[in-house]
Amino acid sequence: MDDERETANADDAQAREAEPAEDRAAASGRSDDRAEASGDDGSRKKAERSAPPSGGDAELLQELVGYLRENRTKLREEWAQRISDAELLQVMSEEEIFSEATEVYDNYMDALETGSIENLQTYARELSERIIPRGVETDEVLGIVLLLRDALARSLFARYQEDLGLLNRILDSYEPAANRIAVTVGVSFVEERERVIHEQQEAIRELSTPVLQVRERLLILPIIGVLDTARARQLTEQLLGAIRDNRATVVVIDITGVATIDETVANHLVQTVEASRLMGASTILTGLSPDIAQTLVDLGVDLSMMKTVGDLQGGLEEAERLAGYRAADLGDTET
Amino acid sequence: MSVAIVRQGDVVIASIQSDLSDTEVIDLRQELAELVGIHRLRGIVIDVGALEVIDSFVARALRAIVLTARLRGAETVIVGIAPDVAIAMVQFRLNLEPLRVALDVDEALALLRHPNRKGAEDGG
Repeated sequence: MDDERETANADDAQAREAEPAEDRAAASGRSDDRAEASGDDGSRKKAERSAPPSGGDAELLQELVGYLRENRTKLREEWAQRISDAELLQVMSEEEIFSEATEVYDNYMDALETGSIENLQTYARELSERIIPRGVETDEVLGIVLLLRDALARSLFARYQEDLGLLNRILDSYEPAANRIAVTVGVSFVEERERVIHEQQEAIRELSTPVLQVRERLLILPIIGVLDTARARQLTEQLLGAIRDNRATVVVIDITGVATIDETVANHLVQTVEASRLMGASTILTGLSPDIAQTLVDLGVDLSMMKTVGDLQGGLEEAERLAGYRAADLGDTET
Repeated sequence: MSVAIVRQGDVVIASIQSDLSDTEVIDLRQELAELVGIHRLRGIVIDVGALEVIDSFVARALRAIVLTARLRGAETVIVGIAPDVAIAMVQFRLNLEPLRVALDVDEALALLRHPNRKGAEDGG
């Protein structure tokens, strides 16, 4: 009997609250609103943390968690419904959303109950690892966590609406915990994303500077893309290592694939050539576009000690001459 | 003694084993200048592979040795600069010009034997 009455109450409350709830969902549909909201969460969380929770709060939290656990099935469904209503996570199937939602819900409860976010953090990281490759966006992740927070808050309103004082105290202990959870999940997702980006950057950097041997003791270093300070340094190190390993005497650096060049980058190239010389290798620079050549002259970069040749073919011919190779000449073989 | 000097024909190979003090630099320069005359040397190879740092002091010392030997009629080649040492030197703007540099002793000997084969080695 009691249960039934409660459910009826809850439904009643839902009906009454339905309109503002939709308003809120619509408002939070825009990502910048959400960013603002999470910023607020952060500051509130800090303020909350400075005040140690009293014994009463802990009891309230227990009661709250107990209530939310009892209504797990219903709330979880409501949450999944809200997610699909808000058209979030469209890359995932209904079943997937539901199973992830179950796990998030349980972790959420644990975090609420114990106040420890470590498990949740681990779970959020794993979840991010699973869903990032499938193209789930930051606003979706933040959106679903905030939806869960809202869904639970609604159910609390419904449950305690008759005693506003108690409701207030319940919300006092619920809100900071819920906000902390939202921040944790959001931060874990963003961190995971940044880690992936960083890994990919490394991979691109490794791939983009091959040092190739074309003849014995003759290396080519084709540079493609944007040269920045970090890449120029890494390129120099790689080249010097290759000079030592291959006992190279001539290196051809081809910059046909470099669109623009500025003074810093030009100086890096000069340094690379200098360092190569200290390792006993001569360097030939090829593939300077008309724009780059004019820029270098306008900048007044001192390239007097660099040997430059128009294109890679000419550079290789010059390199072979320097390294002591000679193109077989028909006249030579006859005599 | 922190420099090992080995003679082979008309070339000596001076291998620096550890950081040099001021007096050791002067001694080395003196000794090499004398050896050039005694053995009618044509070339000197200085191996700096054991040095972890080549600073402006060492660079100046090497230049002094090379210029002295040149006045006595011998060419000098520096060998054994490691990649990270080379990068550090470039960043400190020590380029050892107008000295000749080669990767290792083999290279240096080839360079001394055929001085005109590799035009860009002397950086001048």
